[in-house]
Amino acid sequence: MSTLRIVWLYPDLLSTYGDRGNLLVLAHRARARGIDVEPMQIRSDQHIPHTADMYLIGGGEDGPQAVAADRLLQDGALSRAAEAGKPILAICAGYQLLGSSFYANGRAYEGLNILDLRSDRGPSRAVGEIAGESHPQLGIGPITGFENHGGRTHLGEAVQPLARVTAGVGNDGATEGAWAGHVIGTYMHGPGLARNPRLADLLLAWAVGVDPSQLPPLDDTWPERLRFERFQALQTAGQ
Amino acid sequence: MSASLTPRAKFATTLLRTAAALSRATGRGDGSVIGGRVGLIVEPRLLELLAEGRHVVLISGTNGKTTTTRFTTAALEAIGRVATNSFGANMPTGHTTALAKAPKAEYAALECDEHYLGQLLDAARPKVVALLNLSRDQLDRAMEVTALAAKWRQTLQASAGQTTIVANADDPLIVWAASVCQRVVWVAAGQSWTADSAICPNCGAHLDRFGEFWRCTNCGLNRPSPQWSVAHQGEAVVGPDGRRYDLRLQLPGRVNRANAATALAVASLFGVDPAQAAPRLSEVASVAGRYAKVERDGRQLRLLLAKNPAGWLESFDMIDPVPPVVLSLNAREVDGFDTSWIYDVDFTSLAGRKVVVTGDRRTDLAVRLEVDGVDFIVVDDIRAAIAAVPPGPVEVVANYTAFQDIRAEFNRVN
Repeated sequence: MSTLRIVWLYPDLLSTYGDRGNLLVLAHRARARGIDVEPMQIRSDQHIPHTADMYLIGGGEDGPQAVAADRLLQDGALSRAAEAGKPILAICAGYQLLGSSFYANGRAYEGLNILDLRSDRGPSRAVGEIAGESHPQLGIGPITGFENHGGRTHLGEAVQPLARVTAGVGNDGATEGAWAGHVIGTYMHGPGLARNPRLADLLLAWAVGVDPSQLPPLDDTWPERLRFERFQALQTAGQ
Repeated sequence: MSASLTPRAKFATTLLRTAAALSRATGRGDGSVIGGRVGLIVEPRLLELLAEGRHVVLISGTNGKTTTTRFTTAALEAIGRVATNSFGANMPTGHTTALAKAPKAEYAALECDEHYLGQLLDAARPKVVALLNLSRDQLDRAMEVTALAAKWRQTLQASAGQTTIVANADDPLIVWAASVCQRVVWVAAGQSWTADSAICPNCGAHLDRFGEFWRCTNCGLNRPSPQWSVAHQGEAVVGPDGRRYDLRLQLPGRVNRANAATALAVASLFGVDPAQAAPRLSEVASVAGRYAKVERDGRQLRLLLAKNPAGWLESFDMIDPVPPVVLSLNAREVDGFDTSWIYDVDFTSLAGRKVVVTGDRRTDLAVRLEVDGVDFIVVDDIRAAIAAVPPGPVEVVANYTAFQDIRAEFNRVN
């Protein structure tokens, strides 16, 4: 592959909790392996390129979330990218709108139906550190992030949870996030990929078309120390 | 003022001062918050009673409140005594204490937390309200920023009445909130952080920007023509009549020149001649430790407080290009527990210089800098940071509690 094209969707609408960080982390980890990266920021009034290698979509407030879903449905390119097996990482509001329906501005909206799930409102806002045991098939180890959302997400049979929750709320207090094919949705910001480098590498491997074990290892001293600290902080808080 | 206070209010004021003095004497801080709390329990209308008969200005916004309040106080002191919450206690308890401590001041310059603007409008009946900017801050618990602008707009519509608003023409959220008011004086105060105003707060369409001008192509919301601006490469403020007032600030950065322009605009509404006020702003050397210069072991540290992405970007604009930089990050309750906002800050301008990171969440900073390709070293605290840099000037940028920790190391420098 000559250049890895990573599309960051709708930063004008969905970019609340350092979401740009996921793009920066992916670009950093790709370039460290000698893979050229072309980051593409696509605003909600632009057409989404069909030919990119990966798609990212972030979190945001109710109003922008509803507008984003409407424009994504009209554009159609994200759904076609999912069908073509392109990796997609969706965070929080972006995650919810990949399902069949989500709740914003006091009512239900139609989602993109890329993932078999639906979201509604929870009894309270979930704010704080989140951790979990990820699905073993993903091979990314325990996950850590920060969540801040009012929604709850109910998974259908065609998706797997990204993780079983060990701290925090995630989808519903039991599971966190979802994945199917090369599409991953999660409530973790933080940003998620800075705190979960193996998840970043999994997405990169999918985009490049190799097994993650074939990516040259990087010196992850600092990300690993950060992970250790965050898990440690949860343990201390739990005692 | 105090002569007209009811006996109950006088009693409440006395108790407030006693509580504040006790708090100070026992080393629990400056006593503003506890004093105000005691006073307001005895007389719930104390703030209102103490504000009565005074000429009040409220100053609010995400960044620059404390500095602009200090500048405004300095300017108003040209014509009289000024009560002010200079300790940064910017909620009603702090306002009550500030007024109680200065019974003879006919003016009051009050820094106001963004979430208390409505309450203060009702209680203090200000002559002027200055609105600086709105951007993301304390993401884990603060209201989303557009929702806050909407609340301001509603509040101002309901309560502003005879109040004159001094507002930043360069911040679309501020313009939208302030434009419901009858009397607005616009200041070109700049906007270093545009990511929270990419879309129109009024209708949700995209805002077009051409240089400093911005407008909504859908509903027509646009940048009002400012009456006050910073001009001549930052060396002067130009007022509504085109007159020029020279600025020779000790405080660094574009953002402080804009804060000065806002303070002059406010002061002129109180009848202060800006030509008389401007030199007074030059006397401000530091504000509650912000911009303070301290020395240790041959290192001259300049302390910069930056609490959110906009603040960090502004501080990178202020620092000298050569000296080492110490970055300190905490995530305690008042800072917000969520550190994700550091990914909204571009650190690449620090590449190539010596960068030392510390604070409770130094590892978060380390990961962040690595992603931006900035070399760094990680140390345990400010003492170790000082030891890690050569003698000479050092720029220190820290968020709220990290900044207070560093101030504590230097006898709570002001």
